[in-house]
Amino acid sequence: MSMYNYGFLDENTKRELRRKTLKAVAIPGYQVPFGSREMPVARGWGTGGLQVTLSLIGLGDVLKVIDQGSDDSVNACNLRDLISETSEVDTTTDTLEATVIQTRHRIPEEKMTDEQILVFQVPTPEILRTVEPSEQESRRMHAERDYSRLWVHLYEDIVEWKEIRISYDYPVLVNGHYICDPSPIPRFDVPKLHQAETLFLFGAGREKRIYAIPPHTDVIPLQFEDYPFNVESYESGCEKCGSTHTYLEESFDSNTGERYLYCSDTSYCGKQQLKGQHQPVEIGVGWNG
Amino acid sequence: MDNRVSIRNVSKIYGKGCDSCIELTGPEHGRNRCPKCGTIVACADIGFDVYPGEVLGIVGESGSGKSTLVKTLYFDEAPTTGEFYLQDFEEGLSNVYGLSSLQKRYIRNHLMGMVYQNPHLGLRLDYSAGGNIAEKLLMADWNHVGDIRERAKELLTKTEIPIERMDDKPKYFSGGMQQRVQISKALANNPPLLLLDEVTTGLDVSVQASVLDLIRQIGRELGISMIVVSHDFSVIRMLTNRTIVMKNGRIVEQGLTDQIMEDPQHAYTQLLINSLI
Ligand SMILES: Nc1ncnc2c1ncn2[C@@H]1O[C@H](COP(=O)(O)OP(=O)(O)O)[C@@H](O)[C@H]1O
Ligand SMILES: [Mg+2]
Ligand SMILES: [Zn+2]
Repeated sequence: MSMYNYGFLDENTKRELRRKTLKAVAIPGYQVPFGSREMPVARGWGTGGLQVTLSLIGLGDVLKVIDQGSDDSVNACNLRDLISETSEVDTTTDTLEATVIQTRHRIPEEKMTDEQILVFQVPTPEILRTVEPSEQESRRMHAERDYSRLWVHLYEDIVEWKEIRISYDYPVLVNGHYICDPSPIPRFDVPKLHQAETLFLFGAGREKRIYAIPPHTDVIPLQFEDYPFNVESYESGCEKCGSTHTYLEESFDSNTGERYLYCSDTSYCGKQQLKGQHQPVEIGVGWNG
Repeated sequence: MDNRVSIRNVSKIYGKGCDSCIELTGPEHGRNRCPKCGTIVACADIGFDVYPGEVLGIVGESGSGKSTLVKTLYFDEAPTTGEFYLQDFEEGLSNVYGLSSLQKRYIRNHLMGMVYQNPHLGLRLDYSAGGNIAEKLLMADWNHVGDIRERAKELLTKTEIPIERMDDKPKYFSGGMQQRVQISKALANNPPLLLLDEVTTGLDVSVQASVLDLIRQIGRELGISMIVVSHDFSVIRMLTNRTIVMKNGRIVEQGLTDQIMEDPQHAYTQLLINSLI
């Protein structure tokens, strides 16, 4: 471990990241610029989340890394190995055991507590990018809370498609002030951000931004009175564990062409399967229960 | 305050300016560019009032500073000097130029409507006509799609656009229809003040007449105060009660439109009137 400083980053870099993170926590939903470093993984592969995680992790922490709900993807494994080797922390796949979870595009099914931190990897932090290409104009719009263009975008969706067709990066109003991008989590996960006990940190490496949703913060998805926000629902449950209250992904049997649904949160699904087999297993409560 | 709008000492210069800019520009010099420092004095020393329900005309040749002036009224441009009082904002006691950008945006969304010569500036041509109107309503915190669409239909009907076109994009509309959509949008929140900058310039003569008719009718029905800008005295004659004549960024003459037409005091005004055929 002599090749690197503890936690890979040098102490100055970590201090800067922590300062920026504190600022982000103090101004919920506000994107704080930071001096993103070159990391030993390609940009676009979670370097923003990685730097945030490395700046706050310490001995005694227990790390979980998920990629779209899965602990086993190559990307999740690489990041987990890098973090655990450079910061000498234990790792887990169990949401309940983790103190720090780094995630790409999902929030675990088991409700997180005030003793845990969830770090999101964010590809495109600027929610206004679809309606406003200019960075400077976007900043003005945020400062003045001039969000009518985003609203018109939703209105136009409804006119054209009879519904708001945003599946990921669903715009949310944070603490009644900034509208921000909760990263490409599915709509299913968006309500979990509202008045949670957990600190949510968002790191965008390519665009060099950190933002945060602190515990007990109002997070409201944009919606119209007559077109309320809704989450995905399914006609059947998970093929593997039978759950009907989780976010499901589709897969097709390459031989039969048949369509299956199964939990995107693989750790949770595994626990449910054990429970189905009457094995001893501790399963946390859901986010709304 | 009885008047709905009071403008005092408004000026806008483009450039760094020098001590002589104001002195060496204006109608008596026949230029708006300072010969010493090259600064453009787009308008200077502008003051006027507009009364409730009144239509005020601003007329002058191209480059005389009309658009710059209305842009400062709509906060598209910050003036270099000046005061601007609106009866509907704190009873006309606050100079609205001094407000925060958030407050200015409130005024712009709730108390004013603007129609530009170029529909590009006033509309998003690739959003639906209804969406364009919705934008103004959404700025005023409307949050019910059904209500927004009802209001949009009302406005499109008033401006004589078939409501079947509500979900079509203005980029496929004729110039006259685009101006009607702009007018609908500008009226969305029932503003007490409507600003119109060369709205019919560039339209076919027959289309011009119908848009002018519409504006006249809106003025009568809604009792809204309007500032109508045009280089064309025939437009001014048709729409306005009172007129300001501008040259090289300054007011050279003002008064009742009929009187100015009958008995222009300034040679420049005479020229503008004589150019009418
Ligand atoms: N952004 C700008 N920068 C420099 N000069 C400008 C700018 N906008 C307008 N002007 C100048 O200000 C003067 C008044 O222009 P404008 O208000 O558009 O006149 P009008 O509308 O009466 O034709 C013109 O000389 C014009 O070239
Ligand atoms: Mg002009
Ligand atoms: Zn499952």
